[in-house]
This record gives sequence, structure tokens and C-alpha cells, in this order.
Amino acid sequence: MAMATAHPTSRVPARWQDYVQLLKPRVMSLVVFTALTGLVCAPAHVNPILGAVAILCIAVGAGASGALNMWYDADIDAAMRRTRGRPVPAGRVQGADALALGVVLSLFSVMLMGMALNWFAAGLLAFTILFYAVVYTMWLKRWTAQNIVIGGLAGALPPVIGWAAATGAAPANAWLLCAIIFMWTPPHFWALSLYTSEDYAKAGVPMLPVVKGAAATRLQVLIYSLMLIPVCVAPAFSGLGGAIYLGVSGLGGLVFLLLAWRLYRSRAGEAADPRNDDGLYDVRAGARDARNLFAFSILYLALLFATLLGEHLMGAAPLELFR
Amino acid sequence: MSDPNREAEDFARARRGRNIALALGLVVFVILIFVVTIVRLGGSVAERTF
Repeated sequence: MAMATAHPTSRVPARWQDYVQLLKPRVMSLVVFTALTGLVCAPAHVNPILGAVAILCIAVGAGASGALNMWYDADIDAAMRRTRGRPVPAGRVQGADALALGVVLSLFSVMLMGMALNWFAAGLLAFTILFYAVVYTMWLKRWTAQNIVIGGLAGALPPVIGWAAATGAAPANAWLLCAIIFMWTPPHFWALSLYTSEDYAKAGVPMLPVVKGAAATRLQVLIYSLMLIPVCVAPAFSGLGGAIYLGVSGLGGLVFLLLAWRLYRSRAGEAADPRNDDGLYDVRAGARDARNLFAFSILYLALLFATLLGEHLMGAAPLELFR
Repeated sequence: MSDPNREAEDFARARRGRNIALALGLVVFVILIFVVTIVRLGGSVAERTF
């Protein structure tokens, strides 16, 4: 098994910014946002300082799993255009340093969460870090085309951790937030992989377009999108979201489905299908449809959580249609 | 060919930056533990009976 030790010996001095980059700050910002939504939506008052500490712990835990991922995946990252500039494959940070940073920050975030908030939330955080670093990174990613479906659970758990930090429990509504991100992950990443599958094939990562081809991937994106939208609308009927949320999730869901349908009807990923050995790696065929869905999926998720957050901060009454 | 003096200077600058970041991290960690302790124990300390 190729490991992080395969990267070249550093001749470039590591700057502190390189260590920040190991924590995947952009992913961290999404995690902070969704965890904050879980924390705010939870029906309990939490001391603002302890609330901030909980979000910090979740952010640092996410960063730690990012560092562990960069340590283990240095060989894959070095083979892909999108990731070869990362600190470990670029030789700016030693793999062992990335591993040490990941382990230390994991322990720090879990222990602080346990001591400052509660051990249930700390246990969920520890599970999330282990799931991402071990189950997804070390196992699923290199083994199955369903890697991001199952591995998506790690990215979906932060709102549950936020909720658990505030209340010490994780009721159905917390898991509904988790389900939204879980169901959103496959169409989001598969839309991206339709125009980057050449990179994944080169790195030997069995992403769906690499293993099953572009047409099967587009069909899967459509199927998951059809399953996603009802889950996204569900909080409006479970006492979590209000009228604005119902509008945003419903209208946004229709746009999502339209874009998923257009992608399904397009030829996105066809020319880039590595199994079509025609020597042409023209990723432009239908790529616009894949890019459109990828971009809109980010906007849609952000809008859903921002609406929930806004409604709860402003004290807007949730719709109680079926309660 | 790279200038060894320049290279040593770059390494020193990068190390100083890392050291400052680590020092700040430690200070933030101490403050964090202090504040969390006060918030968690604050009520109990105020309500204690002598």
C-alpha cells in the first residue's frame, strides 16, 4: 500500500500557512456552518461561550481529519491536478508531521468537547474523525465506487454533533439535518467527478464515472437528486423549518431536479470516460451541465442551512403541519 | 544555482513564523481552558456554602 512516506524530502521550508492548509479550511468552513445550524436549532439554551467552544471543537476535529487524510492520501494527491499542490505531496510538510498534527488536534478537540460540553457530543466527534480518517480515507476511497456515498456520513454528522453539544441528545430532527447532507453528497461529488474523472482514473481512485462510466453516473445523480429533495423539504413538516424554509427548499429543489435532469440528458463525462480508449480526453462534452449542478448543489445546501439558521435566530415559528 | 545564504534566511524566516504561530496557539489554549473552567464552575463556586 502506498503511504505518505513516498513523498520527496522537503527542501522547501514549511510555513505556518502550510499547516493551516493541512486542515482544509474551506471544508472546515462548511462544517462550522452546518454544526452551528445544528447547535442553534436544538431546543436548548447553551452558554454562548460554551457554544463557541463546541463549534471550535467541531472545526478543529474536521481539520484534524483533513490532516490525517492528507497524510494518508499523499500518493493519490500527488497524481491529481487538483491536489498536487497540497503541502505533503508538494514536499513542504513531512507526512509524519501531518500525521502528528492530525492525531494531536483530534485528541484536543474530543477531550475539550467532553470536558466543556458533554461526552455524548465528544463521542460523536471522535466517531466522525475516525470514520473519515479510517473508514473513508484508508478503506472506502480506494476500494469501492460507493466511497463517497458511505463516506459522506462523516461530512453529514457535524449538525448532529452541534445539536448533541447543546442538548446532550440527538433526536430525529438532528438526524434529519444529517440526512440532508448525506443525500446531498452523492449528486454533488458525482457531478464534480464527471468533469474530473480523468484525474481520478490517473490516481487509481474508483470514482463512479471511472468504474461504471459516465451514463451510469448521470443516472445515479438523477436518482439521488429525486431522493434528496423530499428529505430537504421534510424539516418544514417536522417542526424544524418555517414557511421561508418550505419555500426555499421547495423552489430550490425544483431547480436542483431540473439541473439533474439536464445533466442526465447531456453527454457530460462521455469523452472523459477513461474506458473509452479513443485517446481523446476532451472533458468539455456536457461539462457545463455537470458544472451547473455542482455549483447549484453548493448554493442549495448553503441556502437550506442559512434559512434554518436565520429562522431560528429570528424566532420564526416553525410550520407544525403534521405534529 | 540557489544562494545558500538566501536559503538559510528563508528557513529561518519560516521557522520564526511557525514558532510564533505555535506560541499563539499555546496562549489561546491556556486562555480557552481558563475560560471554560470559569464558565463551567462559575455557578458552583458562587453558590458554595462555607
